Amino acid sequence: MIIAIASGKGGTGKTTVATSLALSIADKAPLFLDCDVEEPNAALFLRPELDHRQEVGVPIPYIDPDKCTYCGRCAQVCVWHVIAVVGRKVLVFPELCHGCGSCTLNCPEGAISEVLDVRGSLESGRAGPILFAQGTLNVGQAMAVPVIRQLKHKYLPTANGAVAILDSSPGTSCPVVETMRGADFVLLVTEPTPFGLHDLRLAVQVARDELDLPVGVVVNRDGVGYAGVDEYCAAEGLPILLRIPQDRRIAEAISEGKTLVEALPGYRPRFTMLYERIVQAAASWKEAR
Amino acid sequence: MKQLVILSGKGGTGKTSVAAALAHLASQEMRIALADADVDAANLDLVLQPVRLEEHAFMGGQVAIIDPDRCTLCGRCYEVCRFDAVVPGEDCKAYRIDPLACEGCASCIYQCPAGAIHAQEQQAGLWFRSDTRFGPLFHAHLFAGQENSGKLVTMVKQQARLLAHDKGRDLLIVDGPPGIGCPVIAASAGADLALLVAEPTVSGIHDLERILATVNHFRVPAIVCINKADLNPGHTAAIEAFCAAGAIEMVGKLPYDSVVTKAMVQGQPVTAYQSEGLMAAALRRMWVRIGHRLRNGG
Repeated sequence: MIIAIASGKGGTGKTTVATSLALSIADKAPLFLDCDVEEPNAALFLRPELDHRQEVGVPIPYIDPDKCTYCGRCAQVCVWHVIAVVGRKVLVFPELCHGCGSCTLNCPEGAISEVLDVRGSLESGRAGPILFAQGTLNVGQAMAVPVIRQLKHKYLPTANGAVAILDSSPGTSCPVVETMRGADFVLLVTEPTPFGLHDLRLAVQVARDELDLPVGVVVNRDGVGYAGVDEYCAAEGLPILLRIPQDRRIAEAISEGKTLVEALPGYRPRFTMLYERIVQAAASWKEAR
Repeated sequence: MKQLVILSGKGGTGKTSVAAALAHLASQEMRIALADADVDAANLDLVLQPVRLEEHAFMGGQVAIIDPDRCTLCGRCYEVCRFDAVVPGEDCKAYRIDPLACEGCASCIYQCPAGAIHAQEQQAGLWFRSDTRFGPLFHAHLFAGQENSGKLVTMVKQQARLLAHDKGRDLLIVDGPPGIGCPVIAASAGADLALLVAEPTVSGIHDLERILATVNHFRVPAIVCINKADLNPGHTAAIEAFCAAGAIEMVGKLPYDSVVTKAMVQGQPVTAYQSEGLMAAALRRMWVRIGHRLRNGG
C-alpha cells in the first residue's frame, strides 16, 4: 500500500497529515518517504536518526579525447544541448543534462562513458518503528525529479508490502507526478479557501484524470474560509476523509516542530480511522475496475 | 525598470497575498506590471480579477510516439529508456509511451530499428496577457502533470518584461513559486531584489535558509519579511537574529490575521479589502521599506 500525500497549493498541511498518519499506524512499521526534495521538512517532525547517506545525481557524458573524432553526432542527438563540438573541442554543460544516455548510444567511436553528476542526496534511518528516508536537492540545482526517482527506486516497493507514506512537494508539475506515480492512493490536503480550491482542482486533474489513481481529500483549517471546497468535492464525488478544524493551538504546536498527534493526542484515533478509510477507498476503487 | 521577485521556499507562507497587496500599494505611486511565475498553481489572478486580453498556447517539450503498425516488438525502446516511459502495450501488440513519464530525450527514436518512433511537440499549457486595475498581468496555466514549468516561467516573465519596458513601467512584481528548483531559478533570473516570505515555524526557518542560499547562489540580493510573526515570537526572534547576522534587511513582520483569508474569499488584495487595521498598516510600512530599497539599487 503506497499512499502519496499531495496538495497543489503549498502550506495546506501535507507534512502535518503525513507525519501524524505515519505515527498513528506505527504498529504497521510504515515506511515514510519525504519526496519534497526541494524543501524536505518531515524529518523536523519525525526526528529520525539518519545513519545512512548517499549522493545521487544524473549520469553525464565524459568524452574520451583519445577516441573522439569530433564528428558532432553527440551534440546532434542531444535535445537539451548539453554538448557542443567546437572545432577540436567538446564542451559539456552538466547542469542541462537529464542523463538519458542517448549520446553514449549514438557515438560511433564508443568514446563516451558516463560519470555521476551529483544533484542531491538520499538519507535514511529509523524514527522508532517508522523507517524514514528523504531526498534533498542540492542548492542551485534545477531538477528535482532525478532525486525523487532515485529515492523511490531505492526504497520501493517496501519489504513484505509494508505501508509507504510519500510526502509530496506542492504544485502539479513533474516532481508531483513523479511522487504520485505507482501510488495506490493519493490523499490531497486542502484548505477551504479560493487558493486551496483552485489548486485542489489541478491536483485532482493530475492524480485522478491523468494518472488514473483513486483520490481522497483532507480539509485542513476547516471553517476558515468558505464552502467552495465542500461543494466541489460533493459535485466531483471526492470523499472527504478527514477534517482538521482551524485552531491556533495546532498552528502553534506545529510551529514548534510538534506533530499534530503529539500535540493533541485526541487526534490519534482519527488518523487511524483515516488510514482505514484510505484502505477501504482504495479497495473499492480497485473492485470497481 | 526594477524587478522584484517574491519567493519563500516553503509553500503557503503567503507569497501571493503579499504580492497582491504590494501590487495595490505600489500602483498608487508608480507604474507597475505583474507576472505570476507560479505556473503550476497560479493564484494571483484570483485576487486581482484580471480581464483577459490575450491567450496563447505554450508548446512544451516533445514526447515520443510509437506507431503500433510498425512496431516489431523488439523491445529496444524499453531497454534504452531511463525514465520508465516505455510500457508494453496491454494486448502485447506494440509498446507504447507514457507521455507523462517521457522526457522527450529522443533516445528511443534513434535506437528503434524499425523507425517506428517519432517525436511530437506537445502543448503543455497556456499563457495570458491580462489587465488589472493595478497594471498589466502576465500569467499562465501549465497543464496537469506537465514538464518544463521553468520554460513557461521564463516565457511569462519575458513577455511581462517586454511590455513593461515598452510601456515605461517602473516596477515588475513577480509572484514566485515555492521550492528551490527550476521554476524558482527561472523566476529569480534577472531580478533586482528577492522578497523572501518566511514564517516562524521550524519548517519555515529551514526553508528560508535553503531559498536564501539559492538566491545567493544566483546573486540576487534578498530581503525578508515574516508572515504570521506573532504565531511564535521565539522563532520570529530567531529569524530576525539570523537575518541580522547575515546583514539581510528585515522589511516587515505581518500579524497572524484572519483578514487575509477574508480578503481572498472576496477576491481582493488584503490592503484593498481593509485599508485600516494592523495587517494593512504592516504591509504599508513594508512597502515603504521595499520601495526605498528598490530606489537604492536593490
